Amino acid sequence: MTEAAITAELVAEHGLTPEEYARIKEILGREPTLTELGIFSVMWSEHCSYKSSKVHLRRLPTSGPRILQGPGENAGVVDIGDGLAAVFKIESHNHPSFVEPFQGAATGVGGILRDIFTMGARPIAVLDALRFGPLDDAKNRRIAEGVVSGIAFYGNCFGVPTVGGDVYFEPCYSHNPLVNALALGIVPRDKIFLARARGVGNPVIYVGAKTGRDGIHGASLLASAEFDEASAAKRPNVQIADPFLEKLLLEALLEAFETGAIVAVQDMGAAGLTCSTCEMGARGGTGIEIELSRVPQREQGMTPYEIMLSESQERMLLIAERGREEELFALFRKWGLDAVTIGQVTDDGKLRVRDGGQVVADVPTTALAQDAPTYHRPVAPPPERAEKLVEFANDARARRGLAENFRRLLASPTVASKRWIYQQYDHSVRTNTVLPPGAADAAVLRLKGTTRGLALAVDGNGRTCYLNPRRGAALAVAEAARNVVSTGARPVAATNCLNFGNPEKPEIMWQFSEVIDGMAEACRVLGTPITGGNVSFYNETLGKAIYPTPVIGMLGVLEDIERALGAGFRRKGSAIVLLGPVPVEREGLERSFSSSQYASVIYGVTAGEPPALDLKLEKHLHDCVLELVQRGYALAAHDASDGGLLTALGEMCFLSETGLGAMVTLGSKLPVEAILFGEEPSRILLEVDEVHLADTLRVAAQYRVAARQLGWTTVGDFRVVFNGETLLDDSVQSFAEVWANALARQLQAPARSAA
Amino acid sequence: MKFGVVIFPGSNCDHDAFHVLNTVLGQPTEWVWHQSTDISHLDCIVLPGGFSYGDYLRTGAIARFSPVMKAVEKFAARGGLVLGICNGFQILLEAGLLPGAMVRNRGLKFLCRFVHLRVETTNTPFTAAARKGQVLKIPIAHMDGNYRADEATVRELERHDQIVFRYATPAGELVDDEETNPNGSLANIGGLCNRERNVLGLMPHPERASEPLMGSTDGLVIFQSLVQSLVAR
Repeated sequence: MTEAAITAELVAEHGLTPEEYARIKEILGREPTLTELGIFSVMWSEHCSYKSSKVHLRRLPTSGPRILQGPGENAGVVDIGDGLAAVFKIESHNHPSFVEPFQGAATGVGGILRDIFTMGARPIAVLDALRFGPLDDAKNRRIAEGVVSGIAFYGNCFGVPTVGGDVYFEPCYSHNPLVNALALGIVPRDKIFLARARGVGNPVIYVGAKTGRDGIHGASLLASAEFDEASAAKRPNVQIADPFLEKLLLEALLEAFETGAIVAVQDMGAAGLTCSTCEMGARGGTGIEIELSRVPQREQGMTPYEIMLSESQERMLLIAERGREEELFALFRKWGLDAVTIGQVTDDGKLRVRDGGQVVADVPTTALAQDAPTYHRPVAPPPERAEKLVEFANDARARRGLAENFRRLLASPTVASKRWIYQQYDHSVRTNTVLPPGAADAAVLRLKGTTRGLALAVDGNGRTCYLNPRRGAALAVAEAARNVVSTGARPVAATNCLNFGNPEKPEIMWQFSEVIDGMAEACRVLGTPITGGNVSFYNETLGKAIYPTPVIGMLGVLEDIERALGAGFRRKGSAIVLLGPVPVEREGLERSFSSSQYASVIYGVTAGEPPALDLKLEKHLHDCVLELVQRGYALAAHDASDGGLLTALGEMCFLSETGLGAMVTLGSKLPVEAILFGEEPSRILLEVDEVHLADTLRVAAQYRVAARQLGWTTVGDFRVVFNGETLLDDSVQSFAEVWANALARQLQAPARSAA
Repeated sequence: MKFGVVIFPGSNCDHDAFHVLNTVLGQPTEWVWHQSTDISHLDCIVLPGGFSYGDYLRTGAIARFSPVMKAVEKFAARGGLVLGICNGFQILLEAGLLPGAMVRNRGLKFLCRFVHLRVETTNTPFTAAARKGQVLKIPIAHMDGNYRADEATVRELERHDQIVFRYATPAGELVDDEETNPNGSLANIGGLCNRERNVLGLMPHPERASEPLMGSTDGLVIFQSLVQSLVAR
């Protein structure tokens, strides 16, 4: 068989630089074959090799007493007690979700699920962090609807509950959606499977869907390059999802793990067969040899190049104990799955690929999986922004417009209820979901057979990272941890998905470096190491980048699941307590307020800087709330974030199952808008039974956390008094109705442009 | 007294049903593989929810041809109790063990939320421990839960007291709107039984409302009724 001659153009088409190509020749001691060129191009792509991000990722804290496995395997592993481990990770599927929203999002979920069960853990929950452009644009609308349907399609059919997430709508994500999917699984500590090929002569077994031509170059061409007008032509690169097949794969594999016949396993995700073979070989310090004619194929005439690069979904690669193959095949047959030996483990550290006996690729595994080039890309901050900050309305005008502005804020898609989205997800299958979407600040799951529970939240406000990357990233970690704490769980570890623009631009690389430093500091102070995650670069369309968007997936442990706290008010006549500071400084207030949701929705301003974060204070707050929960003083808890204090108070009413309201009194010399809608961090609202109020304030004082009672829960009415004057006094229903239906209404209103 | 929970390729709620029967109610419960035909030693078969065969072609359309379904037909003909939940109900409809069919929800989307079911008759082994008119808060999670049947069938169902559950308001009123009857089922029918009253299908998931931590225990009465009825036999 003759392959195409390798030209400089072909090298460039593969996303490789001339220098990278020279290195390849040096490693091989010759010109690569076309198949080898394809293999290098995917393994050395940004998506697979992290070549631009590695030097910065090293600065993240990744170890701790509970961390059983940090970055480097298919997912992170955390000890959660009772002999159990949590396996979790978040990953992006941004570019495919732009090209084909439904399949892009669906296969994103499929991919992350495989990363979990490939380690021996049954997935028990999925969360998603989504970022879309404004919904009055028809294409953004199509993307949002397709993405949500795709996630629902995969999770629901596979049978894992989708229990939470977060969604932001910003102009920068217009035609540049972010779809980050997080999955969590549970496994006994001593039954964790790693992806390290060992045992010379052990069979390499392929199981799952047949290989086709879908998704070829998904890693190198989709995930490692920007979009332009020709992007629709990338549709053939998007993978196609089959969650039913993945469900069969899950059940068969979990049974197979029990046999003890499996040595190592890895799923075939980005870069398919190429990635799974060389990574397992590299980690195990061994080599792998495979014969392509044995690979189950669903298309005719596939070339070695195509077979090695295909990203057909729902496929796994196993290393089994020699002699026990038939045991495994019988199991896979029972579940109706194709399984076949396609090769064996060797001891020469090479990935050797044969087609009909003839060698078409012969590359050292470490060269592919570990020795990809490392780039120290230039870093330079952007020029100073000339910007217009918010000018607070005078007191009288602000007071007059408050109720209406509050309703406008509640109706804005980022702040509004996401019920339209999460009701499409099965959130209760497997009967572990104690606090479902919309009930609390984090999803809470029980662990059957124990008294414990787990909490999970995803957060990542890109706007604050755009305005100040270091602070914004620390705020994201703090918010994710605070959300977990609000349910009564102690944050223990985090996964991260870093979504950025083009790393070849110094200011993007500067954002990345700053974000890493912000995350690192926050993770250290809050005691939440990073166990792994994903980097997604090149999120730009027509040269315009998204906001730098680090998404943090925070895992927490509840010692007593019965103490899990929701965010909605539960009883009338309870005290409403604010833990954390209320701003008192006039100076710099416009600057920090200009980063808030209120500023963009009401004033049309996005500028300034996010409010300052005191990490030690944040930690005190978390410890204080966890103690209050343990003592049983708190009935409900909710952190104040997007939309500020008033939105958080409103949400505690809207989420109340018995339609409770609130009567709160505030006072300040500062502008009323700043007090009610400023998004200062380190604040949690608590509902506390009156008999525990004094003790609650005492405990807060012990932790040096500012605490004050704002008011009481009532029935049906939402009333706010500020500086002695009643600013709001209306039925909870009148606000709840706006908040609950806003998203559905916007999706049904006529769109601005046809796309 | 033994329960059996069937596993089809793609069943997802099998573990949940097993958990309620085996762990919550302490009843001897077995797994029944879709290719098995040996179920005569069991007293009650549960066809669980999920996406059997990926919902390919139509929900339940392929599962109804499994070897186990032949055995279930014989089992039902001999008076064995059969409970079909969600996809299980769809399979019973496709197999002709219950009359009617399911189509897409009125909102055309998958929907996961609590609904309220009114108990229409306690004259079944599945509702014997409930009260007529009792309202049960139980979740749904489906895309195709819109029950349809022709007029003649519905008349027969009503005449023979075969409509076991209807979607209602928390106060027990029959209202046909998105809030109360979110999938748009004809006559608010949420669950029904066969003429012999030993086969029941319902779209909501009682196994997801059988423990306090799950937000409602109203679903437990269905399983308790089964246990009570089997003990009485």
